[in-house]
Amino acid sequence: MKLLALQRAVARAVMQPLTRSERMQRKAPGGGRMGAYAARYIKRNDRLTSFERLEIYNRQYWFRVLGSLAEDFPGLRAVLGGQRFEAMCKAYLTECPSRSFTLRNLGAQLETWLGQNPRWLSDRRLLALDMVRLEWADIEAFDGQAKPALRSEDLREVDAAKLQLDIQQYVQLLDLHYPVDDLLLEVKHGDDTPDRASNAVQERRKRSKVRAVAKLEPEQIFLAVHRLDFSVYFRRIEPEEFALLGALRRGKTIERAIELAFRNTSVPAADRAAFVQHSFQTWAALGWFCQPEQTCAGTKSAKKEHGSKS
Amino acid sequence: MPGNRFNAFTDYGIGIGLRAPHYDHILSRKPVVDWFEIISENFMIDGGRPLHILDQILEQYKVVQHGVSMYFGSAEKPDREHLRRLKQLVERTNTPWLSDHLCWGSVDGRYTHDLLPMPYTFEAARLTAQKIREVRDFLEIPIAVENVSSYAEFHVSEMTEWEFLIEVVERADCGILLDVNNIYVSSRNHNFDPLTYINSVPADRVAQIHIAGHSKFQKYILDTHDHPVIDPVWKLYDRAIQRAGHTATLLEWDDSIPSFQEVHREALKANRFLESKSLAVAV
Repeated sequence: MKLLALQRAVARAVMQPLTRSERMQRKAPGGGRMGAYAARYIKRNDRLTSFERLEIYNRQYWFRVLGSLAEDFPGLRAVLGGQRFEAMCKAYLTECPSRSFTLRNLGAQLETWLGQNPRWLSDRRLLALDMVRLEWADIEAFDGQAKPALRSEDLREVDAAKLQLDIQQYVQLLDLHYPVDDLLLEVKHGDDTPDRASNAVQERRKRSKVRAVAKLEPEQIFLAVHRLDFSVYFRRIEPEEFALLGALRRGKTIERAIELAFRNTSVPAADRAAFVQHSFQTWAALGWFCQPEQTCAGTKSAKKEHGSKS
Repeated sequence: MPGNRFNAFTDYGIGIGLRAPHYDHILSRKPVVDWFEIISENFMIDGGRPLHILDQILEQYKVVQHGVSMYFGSAEKPDREHLRRLKQLVERTNTPWLSDHLCWGSVDGRYTHDLLPMPYTFEAARLTAQKIREVRDFLEIPIAVENVSSYAEFHVSEMTEWEFLIEVVERADCGILLDVNNIYVSSRNHNFDPLTYINSVPADRVAQIHIAGHSKFQKYILDTHDHPVIDPVWKLYDRAIQRAGHTATLLEWDDSIPSFQEVHREALKANRFLESKSLAVAV
């Protein structure tokens, strides 16, 4: 048997979902009995059948990938509840198995997939989608690229009509329907408490998370998920700041970005200059600005997209 | 023994795996450690804290890269993005050699993130060796392949595991990362004599040795890296260095990780065996 054919056959079995009791299914991929399927490829020994030997890998696979998603998306788990979250993860991983050498990218398609499979989100659809966006932004902000930052002095006496600035790749801009930043911090705070907490403490923590989810009311927020001194922070920003940063990221000149930011604003015209100045000073101090990449013609090039790492 | 061409003629001593729970201790206390092994994939990223920590470690310690997802034995071409990022990291760490496992784990671009056992066939040996050569030519550093723990054997196998290892490393002309715990685990799972394995390995190709703990279940042993090294594994280690001489040795502890001091103390037990071997004579 050729190597590729063997590996395809074994991988199909290894990546086939487990039963509810976390055992290997009796039914083989494509039909037939798994016992016979396993015996076609794998020897038995004096202690384990072919089925049992293959099952070790089947279980290891699912424990590993489910554990990885649970670690990366504790907020979504709190929103959906443990059982629904696990069932959702199994469905996601069955349709979207890892296509990256690193488990870091396992959840890269989760937001898109959930958008196409809203039945997993029950009545908290917007809340769950907000949470998965925030948690993926958290991952991207944690280890995204940081280019040399432009400081306030670099921005003095620039020609705003012509100058383009780029926003650091690790700064993630989110327009959200719920204040999921508070919820995620609460969930993570609960998870930071010692592992040796008693069952009673764990039960209280679980109830606290459920209450936090249940009481969360819709509220549009704009968020910059960013990194400072190697820690990730969630910074609430004004709608005008969100629009301005978004326009800069899309390659607009500073002048055009400012125009776009104040298109539908409640900020009085007299206050806008000060608003812009303060915003730019703050962002420069946070290190969010960097030089855009230059094309051959000396203009802005295409930005690296999040998906390129998937 | 002054090393060999598969570990760039280095003499690295006893190291431990660099793991996140120990970062603060290492950076604040600066303990004396011969070298650290890093999991390459944890640092094949664009920025942030992991690379910042790594850069601080590199200022003070020797680092060797160990990978978990190159999958030399997968019947598909190496992933170009993986190779590009790996090379960037190699340039950052100046690792004298690089290791990954003699296993497969991906097929048709889908990753299991596991170290799946090879069918010990001549076709698999040829394809695996070809891939090792491709990766080495791209990275331009010596490669060592590690024997894995396994829980299954294939009907199609045409040779023993150690014969397969020898077939691969000689075809690829690469080094061996000899994991003596993995040999022990597999020997118990597949009923072979671990000393036969160790005595068969070409000693002059051993670039590095791994030691670790494991977990015993009723019907099999699982390679869990969550316990101290047991005596039978130390005996295998003793035999390995009798044959290969003083070889860079690394203790792996990846789960239920105790304090830095405890892990380091466990690793330094290897000195008992290294110090009693003045010269290596392969027999």
